[in-house]
Amino acid sequence: MTVALEGRPARSRPSLVNHDLTTASGIGLGVSMLWFSLLVLIPLTAVMVTASSGGWGEFWRSITNEQTAAAIRLTVTAAAAVTLANIVTGTAIAWVLVRDRFPGKGLLELVIDIPFALPTIVAGLVLVSLYGNDSPLGLHLANTEWSIYLAFLFVTLPFVVRMVQPVLEELDLEVEEAAASLGASRATIFRRVVLPSLAPAIAAGAALSFARAVGEYGSLVLLSGNLPFESEVTSVRILSAIENDNRAAATSIAAVLLVISLLVIVALDVLQRRVARRG
Amino acid sequence: MSIDVSGVNKRYGDFVALQDINLTLPTGQLTALLGPSGGGKTTLLRIIAGLETADSGSVVIEGVEATRLPVQKRNVGFVFQHYAAFKHLSVARNVAFGLEIRKKPKAEIRAKVDELLQLVHLDAFADRLPSQLSGGQRQRMALARALAIEPSVLLLDEPFGALDAKVRKELRDWLRRLHDEVHVTTVFVTHDQEEALEVADEIVVVNEGRVEQVGSPDQLYDEPANDFVMGFLGEVTTLGGVRLRPHDVEVATVPGSGSLPGTVTRALRVGFEVRVTVDVAGQDALATVVMTRTHARALRLEPGAAVWLTPADGATAVAGSRPARPAEEAVAG
Repeated sequence: MTVALEGRPARSRPSLVNHDLTTASGIGLGVSMLWFSLLVLIPLTAVMVTASSGGWGEFWRSITNEQTAAAIRLTVTAAAAVTLANIVTGTAIAWVLVRDRFPGKGLLELVIDIPFALPTIVAGLVLVSLYGNDSPLGLHLANTEWSIYLAFLFVTLPFVVRMVQPVLEELDLEVEEAAASLGASRATIFRRVVLPSLAPAIAAGAALSFARAVGEYGSLVLLSGNLPFESEVTSVRILSAIENDNRAAATSIAAVLLVISLLVIVALDVLQRRVARRG
Repeated sequence: MSIDVSGVNKRYGDFVALQDINLTLPTGQLTALLGPSGGGKTTLLRIIAGLETADSGSVVIEGVEATRLPVQKRNVGFVFQHYAAFKHLSVARNVAFGLEIRKKPKAEIRAKVDELLQLVHLDAFADRLPSQLSGGQRQRMALARALAIEPSVLLLDEPFGALDAKVRKELRDWLRRLHDEVHVTTVFVTHDQEEALEVADEIVVVNEGRVEQVGSPDQLYDEPANDFVMGFLGEVTTLGGVRLRPHDVEVATVPGSGSLPGTVTRALRVGFEVRVTVDVAGQDALATVVMTRTHARALRLEPGAAVWLTPADGATAVAGSRPARPAEEAVAG
């Protein structure tokens, strides 16, 4: 803990921060705040306000509705599991891309981004044709909760990879050699020297991946079948609430997702700081 | 013998990094591997450490056959040019790293770390992060970290290369004193001949993947085995078919027996010394002479002055054997 206390003041020494903004930085700050408010703060506030318009009782009723609760449970569980999987596989893929040389590396580098580049509904179609009822692979995942996991895995794959890769490229190999000369095994070097440096990037990738999964719609809507209590996710549930003209219910679910995502981001940041400091 | 390298070869593709290296370094000695960049000295150091493997040949450390041992098992301390600090750990925990790996008791680690931080004068900085230290302090931390595991040999790769001239000189003196205190067999790589001459007990001159000469600083300076060693350890000029140090040329303003006549073309003052360039009759290359300012003034050495040059008595000289070497290089040193 002493490390943290020592480390802080150097980074934000208040006496050195210039509070007198120049015209250029004043305009810059103004534009950023306006942009941020218009696109993020006001809409988020609107969601919270609408969610609370019916009062606490109404809100609670909406989200504890059995079908809604099941959808929230499925979405959050699947998003969490997929994020955990991405932390491991994403870091491994980034490692292979940076540290190893093999034929087809350039191609893999390109393919990683496909889930980013593909319109999600196209991804949904691909998944249906591969794992749907007439699956050429013999895997019938349509209308099951596994279809949700699959779709989440597909669309969130690049996040951790792309966050970790540049950090890994910048890592100084000599630091690992120094650890080895001090007697550390490869596993120990990874755990105590490499991982602390990667932790912030992994956490950022994981947060993106979780948030993306929680809000995913296009890629899963075709394969999942949207069966209540089985394969219905919150985004689908929100849409049906809107279609039934129940905006309060829709925003209540949205508010729950918002809070969960915020909590996950905070938790990941706390965890990341702990890992980065441990070594 | 602490380090025994025999018959070591190393290639990178077509490039021969090391060619049949045989080297024996006694226990407790401070040795410099000196040579131009790309000459193979760092590769040799890394092979001794186990960070690189030789294509053939063997490395024995403290009587233990180490050729196939991974770096983790060799018990060597290694210090890198760019410190290789563990950025997320405090200075104390950086130093403790090797001991924690060895699962030493906490109290023992703390005592050892305190002792080492005192040795490298960083006891006041134990809780800082490496980013809060200066370059020289970081390198001292790296040294303490390497010494913590009580290595059988300490290997330093251009340890002062990233530091500015003043800090470099301080650390150099300090390394010499530290070695006299700790007595661990030490090998350091440098391309700075002054650093090697000043610090090392013994210098190994490495060039183009081969060992050119091994000897004490005096031996190397006074009895260079060849033209390369002579040229690398200090400035060289040519006089009458002989290559010698510019400060070993005597200048007279009257003819003497065996002296070569010439004309001063340039007299450049650098601090306390004057570098005089002389166009020697019957010689293509210009000769350079270095003397004190007082001496030059007494002789009135100005461009156009007629002078007679003789090699000083007992001057270190080698025959100008490499005709391929251009004359300009002799002048530029």
